[in-house]
Amino acid sequence: MNLKNYIKNNLLIFDGGMGTLLQSKGLKVGELPERFNLSNPTAVQQIHKSYFDAGCNVVTTNTFGANSLKFSLEELEEIIKSAVENARIAQKNSQTNQPKWVALDLGPTGKMLKPYGDLEFEDAVDVFRNTVRLGVKYGVDLVIIETMNDCYETKSALLAVKEECSLPVIVSNAFSEDGKLVTGASPKIMVNILEGLGADAIGVNCSFGPDKLMNVVDEYIKYSSLPIIFQPNAGMPKVVNGKTEYDVSPKDFAVSALQAVQKGVKIVGGCCGTTPDHLKAVCEILKGVKPLKTTKKNYSTVTSFVKAVDFEKTPVLIGERINPTGKKKFKEALKNQDIDYVLKEGISQQEKGVHILDVNVGLPEIDEGAMLEKVVLSLQEVCDLPLQIDTSNPVAMERALRLYNGKAMINSVSGKEESMQAVFPLVKKYGGVVVCLTLDENGIPPTATERVEIAKKIIGVAKSYGIDKKNLIFDPLALTISADKNSAKETLKAVKIISEKLKCKTSLGVSNVSFGLPSREIINSNFFTMALNCGLSAGIMNPYAEDMLKSYYSYLALSGLDESFDGYINFANSLPKKEVVEVKIEGGSKDKSLEKSELQTAIIKGLKNQAYKITKELLKNQKPLDIINGEIIPALDYVGVGFENKTVYLPSLLMSAEASKVAFDAVKEEVSSSNQNKGVFVLATVKGDIHDIGKNIVKLLLENYGYKVIDLGRDVEPKFIVDAVVKYQAPMVGLSALMTTTVPYMQQTVKLIKELAPWCKTIVGGAVLTEDYAKSIGADKYCKDAMEAVRYAEIVTNK
Amino acid sequence: MQVKIKTYGLPPIDERIVLLYAGVKKAEDADINLIRDCAKEYLQTAGKVCYLICPIEVSADQVSFTFAKVKSKSLSQRLNGCNYAVIFAGTIGIEIDRLIKKYSLLSPSKAVIFQALGAERIECLCDIFNGEVNDSVIGSGGTTKPRFSAGYGDLPLEFQREIFNALNPQKHIGLYFTESLIMAPSKSVTAVIGVQAESEILL
Repeated sequence: MNLKNYIKNNLLIFDGGMGTLLQSKGLKVGELPERFNLSNPTAVQQIHKSYFDAGCNVVTTNTFGANSLKFSLEELEEIIKSAVENARIAQKNSQTNQPKWVALDLGPTGKMLKPYGDLEFEDAVDVFRNTVRLGVKYGVDLVIIETMNDCYETKSALLAVKEECSLPVIVSNAFSEDGKLVTGASPKIMVNILEGLGADAIGVNCSFGPDKLMNVVDEYIKYSSLPIIFQPNAGMPKVVNGKTEYDVSPKDFAVSALQAVQKGVKIVGGCCGTTPDHLKAVCEILKGVKPLKTTKKNYSTVTSFVKAVDFEKTPVLIGERINPTGKKKFKEALKNQDIDYVLKEGISQQEKGVHILDVNVGLPEIDEGAMLEKVVLSLQEVCDLPLQIDTSNPVAMERALRLYNGKAMINSVSGKEESMQAVFPLVKKYGGVVVCLTLDENGIPPTATERVEIAKKIIGVAKSYGIDKKNLIFDPLALTISADKNSAKETLKAVKIISEKLKCKTSLGVSNVSFGLPSREIINSNFFTMALNCGLSAGIMNPYAEDMLKSYYSYLALSGLDESFDGYINFANSLPKKEVVEVKIEGGSKDKSLEKSELQTAIIKGLKNQAYKITKELLKNQKPLDIINGEIIPALDYVGVGFENKTVYLPSLLMSAEASKVAFDAVKEEVSSSNQNKGVFVLATVKGDIHDIGKNIVKLLLENYGYKVIDLGRDVEPKFIVDAVVKYQAPMVGLSALMTTTVPYMQQTVKLIKELAPWCKTIVGGAVLTEDYAKSIGADKYCKDAMEAVRYAEIVTNK
Repeated sequence: MQVKIKTYGLPPIDERIVLLYAGVKKAEDADINLIRDCAKEYLQTAGKVCYLICPIEVSADQVSFTFAKVKSKSLSQRLNGCNYAVIFAGTIGIEIDRLIKKYSLLSPSKAVIFQALGAERIECLCDIFNGEVNDSVIGSGGTTKPRFSAGYGDLPLEFQREIFNALNPQKHIGLYFTESLIMAPSKSVTAVIGVQAESEILL
């Protein structure tokens, strides 16, 4: 019988726990349960059969940890072959007459994915792929991905299944007490990610007993358009007379299962501590019970791994600043692979209050796919907002969507056949909410009516790909009014019709409307208000433009969307006070003996804003280089010496360094090419190690002292470091390692540098290193802290 | 030998300890303000522990657990006279790592404070759990030894693998380790608490 059809009108009962039953059949502590398929097949068959005999429809193969990280491919094949056979033999031997299926069980890899662990996303996909391929080869009926507690790993597993077979796939996550996965995703986020990736049923397992999981189930029911699975533990374990027992009886477990079904759950089973008795009780209580119909939900939502953004009543702000168009510095940063620059742009937009970040890194000179991938991954390390992947290159789009952790927003598709053919398969495969431009082969039609017609066509084509209109957001295109005085009117009309008649969401890139006119902000912000009033769901905008935010927060306050006016009041309070620039520093002249200038005091005290303002003032009368050499460097030195003498501590040193960096930035804004380059310093945390605070501190101080720092990041291969040293002809390289287990890579790196770049001085540091150890691995210098690295760099470059 | 899980709400952040971990011996207002700024942004208020209790045998240079044997004079000395051990893993979760990463980019001074704050939080979690173990054991007439972790003395860091095999903290509390034996989330601890007790420990 076809499983997908069966669950339309029937409840599906899964089996229960396996681990404790295997132990009762002789599995020893420490023995891998998956090997039991081969060493004791009869025992495994008996357990499966007892679940079928209890009335279960589906048994899961004993393959929870069967993956190519734990077993060789040869052994993996033997294990999966026998695991499927064991389930099939049980199916044949069970005399009960309910429909029966065998599910391939996929559990977590046991490794954490990058950036916090060391497993690459694509490697995780490959690990799952190996297991799925064998499961399919030996004939399972469906796949269940279960007990996953990280959304990124869940995505990798589901992608592997979808790419490897067309069998039905159920995805079940394990939640913590706070109702989230350990990496922070809520049920709502999981629903969005997994629906987008094409799961057939989703839900929860393990975690706790049934009562405690009920809140999570409620969330799934609220947001999911898919059938929901519920497989709790039999409560919590207790030790009674030296034996582990779970505290929920079969009868109570069955009552909870019935409650879950009455709420809308369609698939029930058990996890840790549940036995055939529990499932028998479930089958009995559910006999004759009809499932509720699964209803389609119409939320338009995008997510990161911890944040969900809905396109519902409150309009959404999409920050447009990660985009090289018309930005010289941004282009330079992309060409120089200066990812940090892009990341800071992301974080500062988040601080301005945007809900989603648009990410566009298209430049003719660079490999857009590689760059987009890198920027998306790096942004997701430091920023938890959902991203809008903005590219016209389908290859780049796919690379980014694949690695994105969440359900992305996609920018964009149009009514052109070619565009839809390229983009819709990606939306179908990876999920996402896609921005649809109302233009086609004939360009942008002048009237609202024609643009709405294109929108209708796009809805139809999307549907043929299986993409629901809740995942389409229409951009009816704002054109400049200076070319056609009626163009804004038509755009606004289109926004209104699309939201009211087509019941679809809309977004607009607002700024185009004023092109060619003076004081564009005035027009932009008023147009934004008008568009919001027509029902606009999202604006792609510049969050640094204060007038735009004024429009936005006023609109929310005026249209009853700002509960207790918190949003407006906070925004109003954040506006700069209109007063004369204050450059006086309290206490600045107190310390007469040091005779510090105002700028120096600001730097020493770590006051970033003051340091910036004062530098700007000074630049009116002083030469940039005089400010650097006469003001900034001496102040920094003063703090540096204090640090070396242990009168200043690390946080203060860093606050000063940050303030002086801001002062440097102010100088750099005046003179584009600062001739403060004392030499190149390549910096990296060695392979295997992911600690980078120490390295970043060294970087900050070196930059302050005028060195150009090539920061290769963390977990860097020796060869990659040497290549950079050679490429930049760097006179010195700094290597950081914090673990005894990673110091050998430091040694390898030093050795390789001595061979291939013998001119380069190697400086090493990190918690586990000592002067002696540094010598023994052949490093030129051990530095105990960042100041020492600066001092040594000065010696090297002054030679 | 059942692995059990506990979740603890953590008390307010102890600024003095954070200063200590940040290497600040004489705090100024700016340091305190920096800590308070960071604390405002750190929203996680709970930590998780998973643990198991197992009988042990201790000789001069080897300790036998039910799940593994390990050669280590330092551990043997520490567990001298004990007949049980509580093996535990604790973590305050991934949020602190995100903040450290973010601020090592934006403001290294804050990154250093978050690093110290994370250390204070995880030690606080371990102290709470350890305190519970002590209370339970001492209450029934036994004694405990201070906790001891892989990498201390001559107890090899590789022993971490055995602890992970026994506890499966990946599943229970979302704690992983890399090939280099670095724990993820980074603010996490695994340790062994030696127990000398007449009767079985109830925890």
